[in-house]
Amino acid sequence: MFAVRLKQITKRFAQTLANDAVDINIRQETIHAIIGENGAGKTTIMEILYGFYQADAGEIELFGEKKEIANPQDAIDNGIGMVHQHFMLIPPMTVTENIILGLEPISRSGILQLVQAEERIRTLSDEYGLEIDPQAKVEDLSVGLQQRVEILKALYRDAEILILDEPTAVLTPLEVKEFFQILRRLKSQGKTIVIITHKLEEVLEISDDVTVMRNGKKVGELPTKDASANILANMMVGREVLFSLSKNDVTPGNTTLKVENLSVTVNDKPRLKNVSFELKEGEILGIAGVEGNGQTELVEILTGLLKLDTGTVWYLGEDITNLSARKIREKRIAHIPADRKAHGFLSTYTNAENQILGFHYREPFCRPNGFLNFPNIRENAKNLLKKFDVRPPLPDLQTGTLSGGNQQKLIVAREFSRHPRLLIIAQPTRGIDIGAIEFIHQQILDLRTEKVAVLLISAELEEIRSLSDRTLVMFEGEIAGEVSAATFDMEKVGMMMTGHR
Amino acid sequence: MWEILDLELIASGLRLSTPLILAALGGMFSERAGVVNIALDGIMIFGAFTGAVVAYETANPWYGLLAAMALGGLVAHIHGIASIRYQADQVVSGTAINLLAIGVPAVLSNALYNSTTVTPNIQLMLPIIHIPIISSIPILGTLLGKYSILVFFAFAMVPLSWFVIQKTSFGLRLRAVGENPEAAETAGINVYLMRYYAVWISGLLAGLGGAFLSIAHGSSYVNNISAGRGFIALAALIFGRYTPKLTLVGCMIFGIADAFQIRVQGVIPIPVQFIQMFPYVLTMIVLAGLMGRAHVPAADGIPYAQAK
Amino acid sequence: MVLKKLEVLILPLVSVFAAGLVGAILIFAVGENPLAVYWIFFKSSIFSINGIGYTLFYATPLIFTGLSVAFGFRCGLFNIGAEGQLYIAAMAVAITGIWMDGWSAWVVIPVCFVVSFVGGGIWGGIPGLLKAKFGGHEVINTIMMNMIAFALVNYLVVGPFHRKGTQILETEFIPEAARIPRIHELIPFIPKTLPLNMGFAIALLACLATYLILWKTRWGYEIRAVGISNSVSTYAGISVNKNMVLAMFIAGGFAGMVAISEVMGYRYTFHDSFSGGVGFIGIAVALLGRNHPVGVILAALLFGALIRGSLFLDLNFDNLSKDLVMVLQGIIVLFVATDKLFKKILSVFRIG
Repeated sequence: MFAVRLKQITKRFAQTLANDAVDINIRQETIHAIIGENGAGKTTIMEILYGFYQADAGEIELFGEKKEIANPQDAIDNGIGMVHQHFMLIPPMTVTENIILGLEPISRSGILQLVQAEERIRTLSDEYGLEIDPQAKVEDLSVGLQQRVEILKALYRDAEILILDEPTAVLTPLEVKEFFQILRRLKSQGKTIVIITHKLEEVLEISDDVTVMRNGKKVGELPTKDASANILANMMVGREVLFSLSKNDVTPGNTTLKVENLSVTVNDKPRLKNVSFELKEGEILGIAGVEGNGQTELVEILTGLLKLDTGTVWYLGEDITNLSARKIREKRIAHIPADRKAHGFLSTYTNAENQILGFHYREPFCRPNGFLNFPNIRENAKNLLKKFDVRPPLPDLQTGTLSGGNQQKLIVAREFSRHPRLLIIAQPTRGIDIGAIEFIHQQILDLRTEKVAVLLISAELEEIRSLSDRTLVMFEGEIAGEVSAATFDMEKVGMMMTGHR
Repeated sequence: MWEILDLELIASGLRLSTPLILAALGGMFSERAGVVNIALDGIMIFGAFTGAVVAYETANPWYGLLAAMALGGLVAHIHGIASIRYQADQVVSGTAINLLAIGVPAVLSNALYNSTTVTPNIQLMLPIIHIPIISSIPILGTLLGKYSILVFFAFAMVPLSWFVIQKTSFGLRLRAVGENPEAAETAGINVYLMRYYAVWISGLLAGLGGAFLSIAHGSSYVNNISAGRGFIALAALIFGRYTPKLTLVGCMIFGIADAFQIRVQGVIPIPVQFIQMFPYVLTMIVLAGLMGRAHVPAADGIPYAQAK
Repeated sequence: MVLKKLEVLILPLVSVFAAGLVGAILIFAVGENPLAVYWIFFKSSIFSINGIGYTLFYATPLIFTGLSVAFGFRCGLFNIGAEGQLYIAAMAVAITGIWMDGWSAWVVIPVCFVVSFVGGGIWGGIPGLLKAKFGGHEVINTIMMNMIAFALVNYLVVGPFHRKGTQILETEFIPEAARIPRIHELIPFIPKTLPLNMGFAIALLACLATYLILWKTRWGYEIRAVGISNSVSTYAGISVNKNMVLAMFIAGGFAGMVAISEVMGYRYTFHDSFSGGVGFIGIAVALLGRNHPVGVILAALLFGALIRGSLFLDLNFDNLSKDLVMVLQGIIVLFVATDKLFKKILSVFRIG
């Protein structure tokens, strides 16, 4: 018996065909994985199932019956729940308020009946082992717990089919284990689960069936027991994928960066506590950890965006503590930010203008009289866009119109072009496709060969493992442990990330 | 000069905080739902003008009151169409309303009464309520004894607004669309409709606040009748961290400051123009001291494109 | 594709046209004939040299205030305080001129230019500073600064600087040396009564300067960057606070330059409530002109024509006054803000 059958679903957004006649069959009481690269159309098709979008063509069948799903309410009424990648939660409200939203139990006089709702939520939470306090404020919960609130939200609405979009992206390895247990419990109690993901190991571990998508089309659907990481990866990308990068042997040179006892408090919360480390020329130092454990603050301090409370930052033997962002940039410290839209480029500036961001005020881009030197700016852009394979390589195009991967390559081009001695690079490959990931990884390794010191901050352990010479693990603002490339062990690093040493 | 710091000052301050309370509570509904309402001042002017005209033409202040609310709602609806349906910049759209509030009353009052700046005095003002026993007690009598019915209404609206926002499903949904409209929409809530409700309420209340000026506190519409009160109400709302109780405190501070500035004129040897600046300077100081500490509704001012 | 480019021109025109329609309803409602009213606007503003001259004359302060608002917008700030800024600057220029009686024009005029810019600049810079330092809402603060400015100049013109022997609320006249020439002094066949003065040329120069600063220099690069994204600017080592204060100072400065055409070129005195709301109309000018100097000039000409025409409304129509201009510009701002509506309508044509 199929819980869901999607037949010939087609969806077009302006110029792009997001889904092209896609069929997906999801068996009842199974865990079904949908995998594919960014932009493969896997989220779109699930949002069609959830009523967020309408398919241009195709049919939806639930438990053998044809259904029209015009909006999320229809989906909810048909027993479908969805947990989005970005949680649909309202942080300043309580768990209960979040869960009952849109389905509020009210007395005859219109007053909210919170007590009854809390009772029901507590029962549900116990039933599935979710351990959620209905009275807690969502903003006080960890990301892992917030995800459970999302699951509770669906269960509260009697969901039989649960769609989870990239559910493990925000979890630590330990949390992923617990999360998988919850999924198995849900399955054993009769729920059907769909997870959208790009992590192959997880697909192999948790799912019963897997659908692979590429460029809006379904390229395969098979029982997980017949799949392997290689098979799936080749289907996803459409060509052979190299799982390991070629890393030269580089002997680290002199110390480039040395930080001592960095401590900072933001909004009355201590974010960094006595962080000390060294980074040498030609070395890639990885910073692993669940997001929100002080990595952001560390990067901001090193790049001049946040002032330290105590501690010292040494760079090439010089004290650069609390210098301004501009001064730091002038010392050839490059910064590729984690959130490229929020920090990396101006969406309505042209590619040429964005290529000089941060260097716009000096030669060769600015004349001494303050006027910009447009011939140089265009020439610079033309060269970099070509060298870093930004598509389309047009200097006058607004950067906001590029794809995520090309925007990231544009930022990489800019930051690399000023010959950095130290590169601080955060989440370099978030939300971009495999081709761009390979390109950027190779660029980072090339810099290492050129004896540049690299500080790599990433939430993707796989990325850190494959690139770093050494890795520091951060937990609650402290260095919880250090491992070398030779002794890197996923299990051990995962433990450190949650504070277990 | 100290003789002016008496109970009458407080009483007069309470009267003058009334239009602020009405407008600020209106602003609160709108902003908690995610729609910045910089148009409060313009809506108050429209309310004051309509109230005065209808009260005069019908010789009945109650009709004036109703008309002011209705027009306030209508003007707010225009702001709503622009900023909700067509996702206009909410500050720009609100400014358009404020600009209209400079021109439209002038054109209409010129057409009706041959004066671009004033309307005729109304025959009857809204009733003053004397609380029977209290008004005869010495101190309490001065403090609480006799106010326009709108004063009592405004103060009663404070706990009522709190109740609606915190304890009803309407309030929960209103807050939800102001914090995270996408989450609200996925929960099956009609974001646009909730925002329209909120903007309508803000129009009704701000219109009422305007009518207070022309048919309860004064007895006609005069040019620039709001004197920036809509903006001061916004400042009080920010001071009040978008909650009814603290917003009331903010409004009372500004109301009493206004009463003080009126009563101090001629009493102390400072030119009257400088005394008149007092509430405006106070507003700027309060705003400078308070920003960043309040939780601003996360989606406030951000247009939302609803799927449907 | 061509239509896409034309959109920059078409959308404002459609907004104006739609505003005209809504305005017509209002005119009809007060019992007048909209066509007759709009005919007066046309006839009086562009059908004679005199009419054109007056249109340019009324457009001059609007170019300054339009630039002021546009400059703020480019840095992401909404300057509703142009009205207050221009009053402060006008008073400052009048006082400076009076004080500098006896000095050479070669000194007085440049000094007065600087005073007009700095006077308005300070009045605009204060809300900029409050925004940068404390996050104080610039919209509310510029309005409050307007109120304070009105009270302050009223005190000065009623009290210490009131011209003796007159009931009119005006200061003493500024000396000849502080006055800039009228156009008819330079071009022979222009009617002598026309108050159009060199302020217009200076307004055009201000537009050119704005264009160069915003799009051709590092400072403009930074100001516009801050206007697009505070967080990206911070990342790039661009000081958000410094640029906000700078942008509001320059915005206030442009508003203050209204004093050049109105005090130094036309009235030769500070006259209470001389502005007639040009600071507010500047909002409509900037928005309609898409915050671009060329657009500002075009929009200012349109509103200049409207103001010129509005002066004939009281004479020709019992039920209309010049306040109609305020109404029209309010509607235009509303329509410019809702350009999504018109884009939707236009897109129907595009497909067909």
